Amino acid sequence: MGAAALFPYTLALADDALVLGHRLSEWIGYAPVLEEELALGNIALDLIGEARALYAYASTLEGKGRDEDALAYRRDAHEFLNLLLVEQPNGDFALTIARQVLYSAFLHPFWRELARARNEMLAAIAAKAEKEAAYHLRHAGEWLIRLGDGTQESHRRAQDALDELWPYTGEMFAVDDETDALIADGIAVDPARLRPEWEGTVTDLLARATLTRPVDGWMQQGGRQGHHSEHLGHLLAEMQFLQRAYPGAVW
Amino acid sequence: MSEAAELRERAMAAAAQVVDPEIPVLSIVDLGVLRALEVDGDAVHVAITPTYSGCPAMRMIELSLAAALRAAGIEKFRIETVLSPAWTTDWLSDEGRRKLRAFGIAPPAGAASRRALFGADTVACPRCGSAETERIAEFGSTACKALYRCRQCREPFDYFKCH
Repeated sequence: MGAAALFPYTLALADDALVLGHRLSEWIGYAPVLEEELALGNIALDLIGEARALYAYASTLEGKGRDEDALAYRRDAHEFLNLLLVEQPNGDFALTIARQVLYSAFLHPFWRELARARNEMLAAIAAKAEKEAAYHLRHAGEWLIRLGDGTQESHRRAQDALDELWPYTGEMFAVDDETDALIADGIAVDPARLRPEWEGTVTDLLARATLTRPVDGWMQQGGRQGHHSEHLGHLLAEMQFLQRAYPGAVW
Repeated sequence: MSEAAELRERAMAAAAQVVDPEIPVLSIVDLGVLRALEVDGDAVHVAITPTYSGCPAMRMIELSLAAALRAAGIEKFRIETVLSPAWTTDWLSDEGRRKLRAFGIAPPAGAASRRALFGADTVACPRCGSAETERIAEFGSTACKALYRCRQCREPFDYFKCH
């Protein structure tokens, strides 16, 4: 196994962080209040910083001279391995918060476990990211409670957001054969083991927010194999514009 | 003093002048961003670590560090970014905490509530010292700060978050 499987694994984690970081940065200038503008901008910055560290490591694993910029800006949608959840459009504020809750509740324990992985680089990146994810979860969790337990309108929007995003939560816990081998080697985290904790965090937050847990049904998958919703292409068109128009441009 | 010891002292003095561009009262030594400084022959090897993954000040700190070393007459050096062990506010020196407070930023409180899902740290107002403060926003002017307000003296202030 080794580097062959480790490259796509690291790349997928980098893609998750970059795509969500970019999505959140789309709120800049539109957030409902100034404090939220700063919060979403800060969270985006954390994620993009994590993405940079992961891409830099992925670049050394691949060993083909593609640096972090090449990996971020010169790949097309079908080469991105991020979860479908993180590429979903921001929607209204409730949808963005619901996406943050569902994802951060998974990512926080995920980083905590990866920090103990038998891979020095991934463990180091994870140890940093874990602290950041703790803030992200707290921020989104507190907002979800305010929205769910707020006005009739905010409650309705928060519930709609959860219902819409729920089919994308299953993919966080899915594992392919390559990752299975990395898990056996103690390098990758087995996401199935994180499920009870995720359920606990989400169930507790939904109860406080007076929201109803959607019923598990059909779960959308494919992001980890490069099969994306149409939304990713639009996101990349914007994010990659400069490097596509002026390849290799530097500051 | 041996040549190596002299070089190390000169490099250390230069590095200690480099400040965080966002909190210019703190040097990278106060912050704990400078992790190691070693001399190998006539070359200097410096290791720095980022505070937050996305901290935009890191690149600036690296550039300032290179400039400071050159200004001290050191041309052969290597600056390396290390991620492990991950930076923590526990590495802030006592001197750093004192400087932060004098600058109007509350230094990080205890680490106990760091991972709690709810509730904010108990933070003393850096101006009047009152513990009667409230959090306005979890995220402040930079990645490392939250926004607070003192209920006694009514002043808003930044809080350097526990990390």
